[in-house]
Amino acid sequence: MADKKMILSGDGAIAYGAKACGVTLGAGYPGTPSTEILETLTSIGGAAQWSPNEKVALEVATGVSLGNGRALVTMKHVGLNVAADPLFTLTYMGVNGGLVIVSADDPGMVSSQNEQDNRNYAKFAQMPMLEPSSSQEAYDLTIRAFELSEKFKVPVLLRMTTRVCHSMGPVALWKEDEAFRPAPYKADATTKVMIPAYARRAHVRLIQVMRDLAAYNEASDLHTVLNPGSSELGILSSGVSVQHVLEAAPEASVLQLKMTWPLPMDAIRKFASGVKRFAVVEEGSRFLEENLRAAGIAVEGKEDVFECGELSVGRVKQLLAHDTTPPPAGAPGRPPALCPGCPHRKTFELLSDLKLTVLGDIGCYTLGVLPPFSAMDASECMGASIGMGLGLRRSLGDTPEARRVVSVIGDSTFLHSGLTGVVDMVYNKPATGHVVLLLDNGTTAMTGLQEHAATGYHLDKTPAVPIKLEDVCRALGVDHVDVVDPVGDNDGYRALLQERLASNDATVIIVRRPCLMQMKKMAKMANSTEVKK
Amino acid sequence: MSRDITNVLFVGIGGQGIIRASDMLTEAAFRLGFDVKKSELHGMSQRGGSVSSDVRFGKKVLSPMVPVGMTDYLVAVSEDQIEVARPYLNDATVIVRPSDLSADDAKSRMANIAMLGVLNRYLKFPADLWETLIRENFAGPVGEANVLAFRRGANLA
Repeated sequence: MADKKMILSGDGAIAYGAKACGVTLGAGYPGTPSTEILETLTSIGGAAQWSPNEKVALEVATGVSLGNGRALVTMKHVGLNVAADPLFTLTYMGVNGGLVIVSADDPGMVSSQNEQDNRNYAKFAQMPMLEPSSSQEAYDLTIRAFELSEKFKVPVLLRMTTRVCHSMGPVALWKEDEAFRPAPYKADATTKVMIPAYARRAHVRLIQVMRDLAAYNEASDLHTVLNPGSSELGILSSGVSVQHVLEAAPEASVLQLKMTWPLPMDAIRKFASGVKRFAVVEEGSRFLEENLRAAGIAVEGKEDVFECGELSVGRVKQLLAHDTTPPPAGAPGRPPALCPGCPHRKTFELLSDLKLTVLGDIGCYTLGVLPPFSAMDASECMGASIGMGLGLRRSLGDTPEARRVVSVIGDSTFLHSGLTGVVDMVYNKPATGHVVLLLDNGTTAMTGLQEHAATGYHLDKTPAVPIKLEDVCRALGVDHVDVVDPVGDNDGYRALLQERLASNDATVIIVRRPCLMQMKKMAKMANSTEVKK
Repeated sequence: MSRDITNVLFVGIGGQGIIRASDMLTEAAFRLGFDVKKSELHGMSQRGGSVSSDVRFGKKVLSPMVPVGMTDYLVAVSEDQIEVARPYLNDATVIVRPSDLSADDAKSRMANIAMLGVLNRYLKFPADLWETLIRENFAGPVGEANVLAFRRGANLA
């Protein structure tokens, strides 16, 4: 592997970096633009798994690290919200084996419900953060992240964005695969059990570790002045914005930060004092700008419009010129739509026809909001359809309007965070009951057909014991658990939905029909040796 | 700086092989010793929505995205996506479009590969490199069919 050079995406490069570090386990939940990391890791022989959600993935990674193993955890930006609970205490506990958390942010919301800037998590949860600007840096900094994690005994946030995840470039794979074996396990409750007495000490330790990391960053090669010499304009930047800046302002000196938390304030101050005009170019929130100001460094920032969307060469030129005119727009592109023949179409035709009030969730079926269906009233985050439906029924009281409320959730999303919603439906049942449509197409379709706990397969295509969705719902005490085929028995589906809506019962209707693309994939798998016995 | 860089923009809709074609151009440029970057927008776009992919190659490539007005070659596998890409074009942009292909090739699933052939009339990368890449991407008879589609596009058939 050493000295081999190949074209890789940023996601692929992370997988190769983790593999070179002998990662014990990669765990995550699929989410654009992070999904390809674990898919690549498993394809090159690394151990990787899909977890039911990001919280479980981080908890599993914590256990791997407790056992002195090395863990990679991958997720899209909003996944870190789900994993935030373990994260904020994991930083107190610290790590044994290296633990690297990849947050793949999506500025511009190519495929997300918000464009939150997860750099803020590094400061909030108190952990070091590395930000690659290219595929090569994604590889280099993954390896560096494992080193830092073990050196300072902290989890490391590897913060990616869509344009780094999904852009490709040459990567020199310079590191030989390490034959890493976890050291023998030794328990140490005083640093790993976060009762208040131990957690108070851990917090003091963590603050000192962050000070040590700031000093390390100051002295390290993780910040570089590119194009040195120009004293007219100096620009501070990180991530893919660095590449845009180098092209948009070739006359400027550019200070690239690869470690963006804790910040190397002395190095930044020195750079700023050496230029006449000092500006920050950053995508998303004013993370660098605000922290520099707090440290007493005068800096030129940006207009509000540049907090939204992603940057580009053109937008960086505008940002530096404080030009807020909208960039030229082409004709609107073609919006995505449910595939022709997609089984979800039958559900949204029905919901639209019955004029129901639909609380949606995260998946292909969120497209039910668009014409020709226009059959969705709200969609928030993974699993929220059920809670929102219950709350809306509470708000509407015992009225005919309340009886029109349904929650629509997919199979993978249900296992991710819909289960607890069903628990609430049984425990705090509204006066009019409630109806959940569990659209089971047998895959995690939107992110590209990933396996999950009910599919019968693992990420590496080995067979798994499938969780039976109807058994789970029945065990939770749901009044009616029905299974329908929306295509084969469309009339039965309609009659059943109307009957359940008229009752005061808690209902889950499992609308089961495989995704067409998944069926194609399965047929391909059956014809190849991809399925491992 | 961008004068030393060739900017190719691929546009189309989900399922037309935009990503595959742009991956192959990226790999071809890489094997010829260029610095190269590719950037694509997909995700929900695999559901039949607009897909675009930027490929930039040359001595040293910085931003992975083709800047506004800087496209040298637009490969539009779907005619209706040309206007979507308009801000990225300039008066000198060469547009490779379905009408450059035979009617059969234009509506075939191999239109993306045939259009790489058309593109190569301008790029002039070695044909055997393309054919190697096509066979690496598509096994067996499908690969051979795609090689023929490429040759027809490149006027080599």
